[in-house]
Amino acid sequence: MSEQSLAIRKFSDLANPTRFIGLAERLLPWFSGLTALLFAVGLYLCFTTEGDYQQGETVRIMYVHVPAAWLSMMCYTVMALSALGTLVWRHPLADVSARAAAPIGACFTFLALVTGSLWGKPMWGAWWVWDARLTSVFVLFLMYLGLIALNRAMDDPGKAAKVSAILILVGFVNIPIIKFSVEWWNTLHQPASVLRLDGPAIDPEFLRPLLVMALAFTMLFLPCTSRPCATKSGAGG
Amino acid sequence: MPVKLHVEDLAARRGEDLIFHDISFVLRAGEALVVTGANGSGKSTLLRALSGLLPPETGRVRIEGAGSPNLAESSHYLGHRNAMKRELTVGENLVFWQDFMGDSPDGNGLPVDVAIEALGLSGIGHLPFGYLSAGQQRRMAMARLLVAYRPVWLLDEPTAALDASADRMFAGLVRIHLEKGGIVVAATHQPLGIDGVRELRMTGFAGVGDVI
Amino acid sequence: MIALFLRDLKLSVRAGGGALIGVLFFMTVVAVIPFGVGPDLNLLSRIGPAILWIGALLACLLGLDRLFQAEREDGSLDVMLMQETPLVLTVLVKCLAHWTASGLPLVIASPLLGLFMNMNEVAIGATMLTLLVGTPAITFIGAVGAAVAVALPRGGLLVSILVLPLAIPVLIFGVSAAYAAVEDPAPFLPPFLILIAITLFFAVIGPLAAAAALRSSSD
Repeated sequence: MSEQSLAIRKFSDLANPTRFIGLAERLLPWFSGLTALLFAVGLYLCFTTEGDYQQGETVRIMYVHVPAAWLSMMCYTVMALSALGTLVWRHPLADVSARAAAPIGACFTFLALVTGSLWGKPMWGAWWVWDARLTSVFVLFLMYLGLIALNRAMDDPGKAAKVSAILILVGFVNIPIIKFSVEWWNTLHQPASVLRLDGPAIDPEFLRPLLVMALAFTMLFLPCTSRPCATKSGAGG
Repeated sequence: MPVKLHVEDLAARRGEDLIFHDISFVLRAGEALVVTGANGSGKSTLLRALSGLLPPETGRVRIEGAGSPNLAESSHYLGHRNAMKRELTVGENLVFWQDFMGDSPDGNGLPVDVAIEALGLSGIGHLPFGYLSAGQQRRMAMARLLVAYRPVWLLDEPTAALDASADRMFAGLVRIHLEKGGIVVAATHQPLGIDGVRELRMTGFAGVGDVI
Repeated sequence: MIALFLRDLKLSVRAGGGALIGVLFFMTVVAVIPFGVGPDLNLLSRIGPAILWIGALLACLLGLDRLFQAEREDGSLDVMLMQETPLVLTVLVKCLAHWTASGLPLVIASPLLGLFMNMNEVAIGATMLTLLVGTPAITFIGAVGAAVAVALPRGGLLVSILVLPLAIPVLIFGVSAAYAAVEDPAPFLPPFLILIAITLFFAVIGPLAAAAALRSSSD
């Protein structure tokens, strides 16, 4: 009981901007170092594991593609949580974290789309197919860009944060609908037998570098968002 | 029960700047407060904070004895803009606001044609609002205060575009409203032409306002 | 509330014939398509429902950005924000009025354009029905975009960018219901019911979010 309340107090201490800046400044080098290390290990694993007997060397794209796609969704979830923080608790850190996460999410989504497209050309013979998953990621990309455009168009940061938080949440409740509708649309027009992304069950041989890369990407996300959080909330007060 | 307006330690912020702080006053039924000060001293900000359109930084505003404990719902706000549609006729505009705002528990508004006449504009109620001159438009915007009753009037530069006779007519309307037990808070450069009003001088940028 | 509905209808009729412009835009978009894809009647009848839906979607977005901006510019929004009437209700009524003035004419004009596209009676009927049910959802989603961009001087384009991705489900189910009515194997009812569900869903979410955005951008 008392331990739990202590944990809660510790966490709310973290939400204090000055403490957060202090902590972020101390931890950032460590996180950056850890990220670099993970990337080194991950990339080493990526290039030393064997290629797939069917897909050949192109399978290595997966090690970038899949983590980027995961991160693109995680970023939006982080933004939705921050949006809740902005609207419900009116917390200044939530404002900046939502704003900082948007461009990063857009970058990851873009990376997922580009690598997916590069992977699709040898596999499917086309740069782009209107596969359900690709299409919904593309819609997510458009939503990121819309949010960034909105944020840039408004001059009052406090107002921009509130208004974009509302839009983020509306987008968040829409994501399942969009996902479901795109899948419905796709199965209606073309059977999704050939274009299945997941393919055969993943061999542990591929899983190991994939997981390391996913971890590395996630670690990359932390310094990327917390640095602007620390500087912006420091400047903005 | 007569209305009473309490304002306690009100502070408001525009962007990064604290425009004013620690503004407190109490207005009883039949009292008027004139807010004066140079351009940019925070007169409009104070009125918007009172009307609830700008969330105040600290402090609170409450009203006693009105139909609703929320000041926004028991007050009229007349800002710089007239809240009238250029495409609709004067009559249509006023009928709309009368229907939309409805009667408050504190009293009923005047019929639209009576309100138009009270502003001395009878005979042009059928014209589109956009055809009127700036002064006529302003007077029609004031007619909105009459068609739906609210005990508190928050007026931002009400007489800016008016000539001297319209000025006097408006002073008369304010006096009638006060006699009926209303409260008026007006930001203005010119004197309202009413006796016995209190004055709040704004000095701007977190300067202290003092009630005289 | 009826007063607000009637006022908005009057305004959209008087202010430069808002409804007429929307229908004209719809007709122009649909009329341009055959010049792009060629005059093959079979092809046109096949893509007809989709073209009508895309045209209607774009036409619905016209004028949406002014939904709250016009109220803000002349100060009416301030008065509306201060009333006892819940803002959500005000937004809902404004959406309904906007749809009646600009969405309904599109639905009424769609059979004529269906004839241009060489669609048969069933396809025309189905497309009209799906448009009738689906276009309100676009207005409700659009209200969120309009409220979010209310303080921006040139919000028009931004509203479209924000709204279009969110409107994709409406388009998908509208078009697939229209096709299901014509092509035999696919059942008409499931996509049509989902379309109704989406409209009802946004009839709640849209005004709620728009009201919240309007409150937080007042100053």
